Amino acid sequence: MLLEIKELTKDFGGLRAVENFSLNIKKNDLIGLIGPNGAGKTTIFNLLTGVYEPTSGYVKLLGEEITAEKPYKITAAGIARTFQNIRLFKDMSVLQNVLVSKHFNVEYGMFGGIFKSKLYQKEEIRIKREAEVLLDRFGLQDKMHLPANSLPYGEQRRLEIVRALATNPALLLLDEPAAGMNPQETAELMELIRGIRKDFKIAILLIEHDMKFVMGLCERLVVLDYGKIIAKGKPEEIRNNKRVIEAYLGEVEE
Amino acid sequence: MEQYIIQVVIFMGINIILAVSLNLINGITGQFSLGHAGFMAVGAYASAILAKNYNLPILLTILIGAILAGMVGVLIGFPVLRLKGDYLAIVTLGFGEIIRVILLNMKITGGAKGLPGIPGGVTLLVSYFFALITVIVILNIMNSTDGRAFMAIREDEIAAEAMGVNITLYKVLAFAIGAFFAGIAGGLYAHFYQFLKPDSFNMYKTVDVLLMVVLGGMGSVTGSILAAIILTIIPELLRGFAEYRMIVYSLTLIILMIARPDGIFGKKEITDIISFKKRGR
Amino acid sequence: MVEFLQQLINGLSLGSIYALIALGYTMVYGILKLINFAHGEIYMIGAYIAYYLVMIFKLNFILALLLAMFFSAIFGIIVERLAYKPLRNSSRISALLTALGVSMLLQNLGLKIFGGDPKPFPELVENKAIFLGDIIIFNQQIIIVVVSIILMIVLHIIVRYTKTGKAMRAVAYDQEAAKLMGIDSNKIISYTFAIGSALAAAAGVLIGMRFNRIEPLMGMMPGIKAFIAAVLGGIGSIPGAVIGGLIMGISESLVVGYISSSYRDAIAFAILIVILLVKPEGILGKNIKEKV
Repeated sequence: MLLEIKELTKDFGGLRAVENFSLNIKKNDLIGLIGPNGAGKTTIFNLLTGVYEPTSGYVKLLGEEITAEKPYKITAAGIARTFQNIRLFKDMSVLQNVLVSKHFNVEYGMFGGIFKSKLYQKEEIRIKREAEVLLDRFGLQDKMHLPANSLPYGEQRRLEIVRALATNPALLLLDEPAAGMNPQETAELMELIRGIRKDFKIAILLIEHDMKFVMGLCERLVVLDYGKIIAKGKPEEIRNNKRVIEAYLGEVEE
Repeated sequence: MEQYIIQVVIFMGINIILAVSLNLINGITGQFSLGHAGFMAVGAYASAILAKNYNLPILLTILIGAILAGMVGVLIGFPVLRLKGDYLAIVTLGFGEIIRVILLNMKITGGAKGLPGIPGGVTLLVSYFFALITVIVILNIMNSTDGRAFMAIREDEIAAEAMGVNITLYKVLAFAIGAFFAGIAGGLYAHFYQFLKPDSFNMYKTVDVLLMVVLGGMGSVTGSILAAIILTIIPELLRGFAEYRMIVYSLTLIILMIARPDGIFGKKEITDIISFKKRGR
Repeated sequence: MVEFLQQLINGLSLGSIYALIALGYTMVYGILKLINFAHGEIYMIGAYIAYYLVMIFKLNFILALLLAMFFSAIFGIIVERLAYKPLRNSSRISALLTALGVSMLLQNLGLKIFGGDPKPFPELVENKAIFLGDIIIFNQQIIIVVVSIILMIVLHIIVRYTKTGKAMRAVAYDQEAAKLMGIDSNKIISYTFAIGSALAAAAGVLIGMRFNRIEPLMGMMPGIKAFIAAVLGGIGSIPGAVIGGLIMGISESLVVGYISSSYRDAIAFAILIVILLVKPEGILGKNIKEKV
């Protein structure tokens, strides 16, 4: 069992954003988290990554409790994420964006950097190589030295994913990775994610609104509405689930 | 005349240290600190008092003063962690003023009357020795993983933390290092002028240094150096128009912000521009 | 006890001044999310305008006050148009630095034009002491408090009950939405600066009347303290500015009375640091967290 989420609840003052969210994620799972807008999906991500502290409930990664740990510690423990609204380091180069993800793993300290020690030189070569390999795999190597915000939208989204992967996670959280993409880009993204899952042997939990994308890609789905899970299961089951249809229809009607 | 020029050049070295150290906090890490004069004051007075009252060599006292300044930097860095933008600016401004007021009211500092008779010894060599060390240290930091961590915090601290950067630690570190070098500059200042008064370290001093960082480009070490040189020389050239100096300065700041907020170099270094590649920093 | 009440009264008068200036800060921040560093200089300019009006035209107190308020309002609009409008879409740091620049510019222009020596503000209102047991109240202090209250009531009426006031509140809440509703946000922003400047100018004139001396840097400290007052009360909140101003005034008077006047400025910064660490949104402010 990779990630055990038990009855996570989050209140913001009088508003209950998430209630009793429970989910078990195994290594190499590919799970989709779906639901109407405002259902609490990104809140779940924020709870898992330490951005929010849950009101109650816990999260255990490989048996170790990580509930309410600081985000950087959770990343070091093995959970990485992308953001709904791209949060790249805009004025840093593509390469540097990825190198930041290597930071917590680097062996030399600040004095090593100041005096350019042998270890510094060795480590810099190592992480740059690792970053370049990753960028190459995702077709961004040519633009390595360009500022991140000079990339077209689709490549920026890709860079977000690369950056998260560079932290060597066991679990990758993707927040609306297909947002703003046309059908072709979406299909390519599906292939990309399948490839990541296979090659990197990691588990993936993703949030998406594009039903074709989610149904075609994920093994399991979890459906959220008003902060509560209303359905869990395989895509075929969810597709015909009455409560789920109502939840989405309700959204369209408004 | 030669003496005068040497003095200006020594002073330029001190300004370079100030600008580059402030740039680390404001430009590279993106923490908007307006309290730099306070750190400088700590270094200045500590070094001056240790040298004057205990006869210690100034190279040692400057270092001790800088360490003290660095500790004050940590002290200030911690509480302001959660603050952003305007609030951070005002609080650091407040801290800078509080330091000045404290120094004003201490007996050992001589208070408002000032502290005379400080041992000298800041030659061209000494000034640029420290300036060189400052620049090399900060450039090396920038080219290491810690530098990238600082910049990531500037760009997007939520994302930085999500990628594994301990933003609390690094924000405080930025203040500590910036304050340390400001303390060095303060020590040099003390042993150069051999006389100190708390008023020399008020908000105008911080704005002086701030203008250098902004003019050079927040985030560019090259820019800070260049701007420090420019803004040391120009006031000397305009000696006759001293009363207009502040007016020109403030107008320059306003026009810079409206027309070219990136300053001369923006976030780039001279190496980026020379290699003609469009590099991100 | 007597000392306490005495300082309380001094503090009330001082606090009213801070409140008047703080209102300008809070309104501008509410609308533009900008800390108008130069606001303290408007206070100074108001005092000088009144000074010259009285010296040259021999006007009485009320007329000088009103005209100073009027001209300062216009001045405030000009500053906004020239220095802040170009930066509406820039980063907050740029706007902050510009405000800093304007503040320094006005201070130094003041030094150049008016001269650095303090000018003796003519005695517009004869200073009379009123004794309540051992407590001294000066009629000038009463005038300060009364004028401040009147101005605040007028402000309240404008903001609450006039169309412009409603528009101001709308723009402060959501500028884009307000524009969509047909509100001319540029006009409203100018209006806000005008009102804020008028209030600051009034404070300047009142201080001139009370202490009979004005100098070009007189706005620096009161400006910072009034800003702290606005933050204390909750920046963006009008009643907050008033509460903050009073608290600042009273704390300062108490410190001066009980501890020492050397620390009168330090207490302001101490309050700022405490409030920003404990409750950064201020007493009446709302906590707005960044959306992840």
